[in-house]
Amino acid sequence: MSSGPWRARAADNVAPVAPLRVPPGVNAVLDPVAALGRAVLERVRKSGMLALFALEAVSHLVRPPFYWRVFLSALIEIGFFSLPVVALTALFSGGVIALQSYAGFSQYHVQSAIADVVALSVTRELGPVLAGLMVAGRVGAAMSAEIGTMRVTDQIDALRTLSTHPMKYLVTPRLLAGVLALPFLVVVADILGVMGGFIVATSKLGFTPDAYISATFAGLAASDVLVGLAKAAVFGFLIALLGCYHGYTSRGGAEGVGAATTAAVVAASILLLAFDYLLTDLFFAS
Amino acid sequence: MTAAPVPKIRIRGLTKAFGPKRVLDGIDLDVPTGTSFVIIGGSGSGKSVLLRCILGLIEPDSGVIEIDGENVLTANAARREVLIERIGMLFQNGALFDSLPVWENVSFGLLAKRGRGNRITRAEARTRAATFLSQVGLDPSVGDLSPSELSGGMQKRVGLARAIASRPEILFFDEPTTGLDPIMGAVIDGLIVDCVKKLGSTAIAITHDMASARRIGDEAAMLYRGKLIWQGRAADLMDSGNPMVDQFTHGRREGPISMELRR
Ligand SMILES: Nc1ncnc2c1ncn2[C@@H]1O[C@H](COP(=O)(O)OP(=O)(O)OP(=O)(O)O)[C@@H](O)[C@H]1O
Ligand SMILES: [Mg+2]
Repeated sequence: MSSGPWRARAADNVAPVAPLRVPPGVNAVLDPVAALGRAVLERVRKSGMLALFALEAVSHLVRPPFYWRVFLSALIEIGFFSLPVVALTALFSGGVIALQSYAGFSQYHVQSAIADVVALSVTRELGPVLAGLMVAGRVGAAMSAEIGTMRVTDQIDALRTLSTHPMKYLVTPRLLAGVLALPFLVVVADILGVMGGFIVATSKLGFTPDAYISATFAGLAASDVLVGLAKAAVFGFLIALLGCYHGYTSRGGAEGVGAATTAAVVAASILLLAFDYLLTDLFFAS
Repeated sequence: MTAAPVPKIRIRGLTKAFGPKRVLDGIDLDVPTGTSFVIIGGSGSGKSVLLRCILGLIEPDSGVIEIDGENVLTANAARREVLIERIGMLFQNGALFDSLPVWENVSFGLLAKRGRGNRITRAEARTRAATFLSQVGLDPSVGDLSPSELSGGMQKRVGLARAIASRPEILFFDEPTTGLDPIMGAVIDGLIVDCVKKLGSTAIAITHDMASARRIGDEAAMLYRGKLIWQGRAADLMDSGNPMVDQFTHGRREGPISMELRR
């Protein structure tokens, strides 16, 4: 089927299943079980469709044409216009970590570890996760709203009639833009997060600038930063994927697009944190 | 068997239901090459669904759809894309790309075919778009606007310009003149006739406008309750001899078709 397996393949295409004949009282017991079963099956089906969707979108990377204009505008939208949000988030979080760890560490007279803690928590976790969550809210929502609107106003169908594969045109460039833009944002978040810690430590906690900076570099390994960037690339992929997927499969007018947008942000945020755990386990646990 | 020429579009036994609602219920249709075929029918009778099935945008439940004698439904995805590429479509609601300016909408198909033997720069595409815009009665300066800045009728005309720009062998028009004033409607009808006669395209048009139907169409059919209940020359639409078609084309309240207003 040319339109792919996940395509808004209406629930209404499927013949309704006749309800099971059971005595009245039994229904009250069975209904919640059935609902649970249905919800689980639905989850499994959706995950499968999402995986197929991702596979096809990625496969278009190596099948020309590649739509540079769409890619560049997505890159600018994610990488450039998210800068202020990500920068501010990182700056404040770095400052908070410095304050919080001072409160704890001063009891044991290990305040010197503050620079270390700020640098590690920012590069390993806070940078990628906070940037990811911010971009999920901003860009994931925008992507699913834009593509969802295109779906419900027949623009995606129109692409097909104009010799353009909608996945190749709409999804693949955005996925690539997400993968490339998020690491860049995380570099910025890392720098500003450390700077937030630096500002708090030097202005409120009695650190000298020199001491703070040298402590930062002493405690930080290249692998901390690199793993953070790898996480960011994965998060960028997830955010763009879920934004595109929910938009692409949305149905039912403006209301459907709204629901798709919410679903995209929620799903991207949860998946992002789940993958964060998995990647942390993979890279740092040993 | 007579050696009749292969029709451009041949449909047999096409059915499509949405849940319990049977929208198409055994459609048989032949559209010979170079003719334009008008489909009329009540609102919600499945006209748009029929076009979408042919385009492969909706998967029918059963039946055969052939383009140039080749079954679209059994073709593989790649082959299907090639077949579908022969069709240009004006969507009922225009379906313009609202992230692109009007000129890029119009020349989208031309630019999309770039690198497949069709060398065209963006500057050329822009000039070509201006020509198509003036053909549908729009000033070339409209090309720089965004679709959301256009009136409904203007959007429809841009959609028409986009559909004919890549000179497809087959053209589908879903209510091309709805929302246009009568004069512009006649201009657009003329343009559609030109496309069919000069380019030799084959067209299927859906319309509720009987004057327009007779101007555009060589042949016509009426869709009612999932079936083509009448098929004949478009010129005969107003006196077809079929009581249902007569009631529909003359817009009578009383007749064999009882509008199911309350179900
Ligand atoms: N994707 C869909 N899912 C469910 N039902 C649909 C879908 N598309 C169309 N239908 C139903 O199919 C029927 C026919 O719709 P269609 O759009 O073809 O009507 P139409 O003949 O084009 O009407 P109009 O003249 O008003 O445009 C309608 O009852 C509609 O509710
Ligand atoms: Mg319609």
